[in-house]
Amino acid sequence: MTFKRKLVSAAILALAAGAANAQISGNEVKIGVLNDQSGTYADLAGPGSTLAAKMAVEDSKAILKGMKVEVISADHQNKPDVGSAIARKWYDSEGVDVIVDVPTSSVALAVNQITKEKGKAFLVSGAASSDLTGKACSPNTIHWTYDTWELANGTGSAIVKTGGKSWFFLTADYAFGHALERDTSAVVVKEGGKVVGAVRHPFPTSDFSSFLLQAQASKAQIIGLANAGADTTNAIKQAAEFGIVKGGQNIAGMLVFLTDVHALGLATAQGLIFTTSWYWDMNDPSRAWAKRFAAANGGKYPTMIQAGVYSSVLHYLKAVTAIKSDDGTKVIAEMKKLPTDDPLFGKGMVRADGRKVHNGYLVEVKKPSESKSPYDYYKIRTTIPADQAFRPMSEGGCSLVK
Amino acid sequence: MADDAYKPHASRDDAADFRYHRNAFVVMMALFLVAPTIFYPVFVMKALCFALFACAFNLLLGFGGLLSFGHAMFLGMAGYVSAHAAKVWGFPPEIAILAGTAAATLLGVLAGLLAIRRQGIYFAMITLALAQMIFFLCLQAPFTHGEDGIQAVPRGLLLGMFDLMNPYVMYYFVLAIFTAGFLLIYRIVHSPFGQVLKAIRENEPRAISLGYRTEQYKLAAFVLSAGIAGLAGATKAIVFQLASLTDVHWTMSGEVVLMTLLGGMGTIFGPVVGAFTIITMESYLAELGSWFTITQGAIFVVCVLAFRRGIMGELEAWLKRRRIG
Repeated sequence: MTFKRKLVSAAILALAAGAANAQISGNEVKIGVLNDQSGTYADLAGPGSTLAAKMAVEDSKAILKGMKVEVISADHQNKPDVGSAIARKWYDSEGVDVIVDVPTSSVALAVNQITKEKGKAFLVSGAASSDLTGKACSPNTIHWTYDTWELANGTGSAIVKTGGKSWFFLTADYAFGHALERDTSAVVVKEGGKVVGAVRHPFPTSDFSSFLLQAQASKAQIIGLANAGADTTNAIKQAAEFGIVKGGQNIAGMLVFLTDVHALGLATAQGLIFTTSWYWDMNDPSRAWAKRFAAANGGKYPTMIQAGVYSSVLHYLKAVTAIKSDDGTKVIAEMKKLPTDDPLFGKGMVRADGRKVHNGYLVEVKKPSESKSPYDYYKIRTTIPADQAFRPMSEGGCSLVK
Repeated sequence: MADDAYKPHASRDDAADFRYHRNAFVVMMALFLVAPTIFYPVFVMKALCFALFACAFNLLLGFGGLLSFGHAMFLGMAGYVSAHAAKVWGFPPEIAILAGTAAATLLGVLAGLLAIRRQGIYFAMITLALAQMIFFLCLQAPFTHGEDGIQAVPRGLLLGMFDLMNPYVMYYFVLAIFTAGFLLIYRIVHSPFGQVLKAIRENEPRAISLGYRTEQYKLAAFVLSAGIAGLAGATKAIVFQLASLTDVHWTMSGEVVLMTLLGGMGTIFGPVVGAFTIITMESYLAELGSWFTITQGAIFVVCVLAFRRGIMGELEAWLKRRRIG
């Protein structure tokens, strides 16, 4: 019985391998958008990311020359086991060639592992963990849009350079928060600033008042929020109630997205400083794309994650048509070889460790009086050049870097 | 159930019950044996792990009458221990699973000693509080890697011979674990110990007046339930090659209540049916996006309003009516 089954599975494996050699498996390229479609991250990735992927396919028509490309999507509910079950099923029985987006680091790390095991391709846009191009790096994964190192480092160094010398941290009390605080303080100190104190809050927290009072009393110029998601938005809301920004202190967020600012409203979020990899109102091609996106997305403008999905799928299809194969490992290798160039992120490249590099931008949220049109939210304070925006390859500990 | 003993033909009823259980078990096993050829194996494995988890929970709620709202701590903790044992200590899968089960059992002893001193809502609250403490521990402890979880756990070689990376080998291994756990629960429920447990559920003061030390029975049931829940969690970690905060989160404790109630509390097969229904919805409705949670909520409301005995509970009641009528 088991021998027979082994024989059958061996035969299936051989067939699958044969199909992979025959260039485009199943005669179509299948793109799976895996993200949170209903929970906390549904707005910053969710259905908008699926739309972005579809737009990328549409815009690649010229190079595809009739090659069939299908985009499917699913909700991982931010659970790693749900996400990994979907990923396995997609790869094993539904002919998916590449998975894109995947916010929530624990799910992304699980999909990263499965993709490597199955020899497929994984384009991360939504997840933040810099481990994806560090300890957990893989020849089948490209981390496209942003990571924790970029945001912590970019925000830390750019703010100190523009005069924010003294810092106080509000840190979520778990590994992720500790890492953000550690990385940001290191860069603050390196750039000549100083950290006057830090307070750890439980994860998750809804009442920040005692922590904010400590931050206010510290008289630090900058209050760094080493947390994410609802913790960040709650802290910002309550800081506005305490009049922290009006009192002359600035709040620096680590993981803040356009949708967070939109939800908070400018009156609450004004003066908030953070780093982003992309903003829709930077140049003409970005604006044109964002307007097209918003028209199809119920008026909601794209976040950097959704822009990253668009850009990564575009580059993926370029690589597929260049080598006329959708074999995951080969396509990723080709994507690293080809220089990247798209209307949103401009010219860039993918490093050997799987890190896509481009500029970062330190932005400040506008005052309500400065905002002229819907989603006109950010002032760009500094551009962080691509070669400084991301962690140097030698420091990541990725095994692909020799 | 308690009234059965007074009926003149109780033994005939028992025999009929046994026949029904045997037949249903044969059908269930036949379905499970062919399932991986029809459905995606990882999906069935996941459902089997949750089915075992729900059965363990049902042992406590359905037969012991104790509503624990913290069973996620056993599932999750066992997952972490088994994943850590397999990945960091390099244990073979069967030993890693045993380590996870042992950890959950130990945790069950500690939690049980505290929790069984109270009843009803207080019992539920104590278990919830303890589970939240375990969640905090898992969030903070360095070995769990916080919200990233323990990733890339090797499945390894079962007994040093069978490669678990083959999905079919893994599947039948999980099925064997599930069957062992399921039969163990059946045996417990139909043992004198199980009878006393049911007596305590029906009327605890009377059980005490008959001379039973009910606290010890309840503690034993709690520990058994924790251990079997741990077995499910430890196996799940090996199947998915990861252990994460999802499994220790309080929503998981709620999900297992939902599975048990939907399938039929206090029936042998109910939790299995409930777990398969919920997991199927979770997997196949994932494409629906935000509609998934709404559908799940609606089904729960319909279930509670229309058939409170759950799917298997209603089915068994119908069979019984037919047999008598």
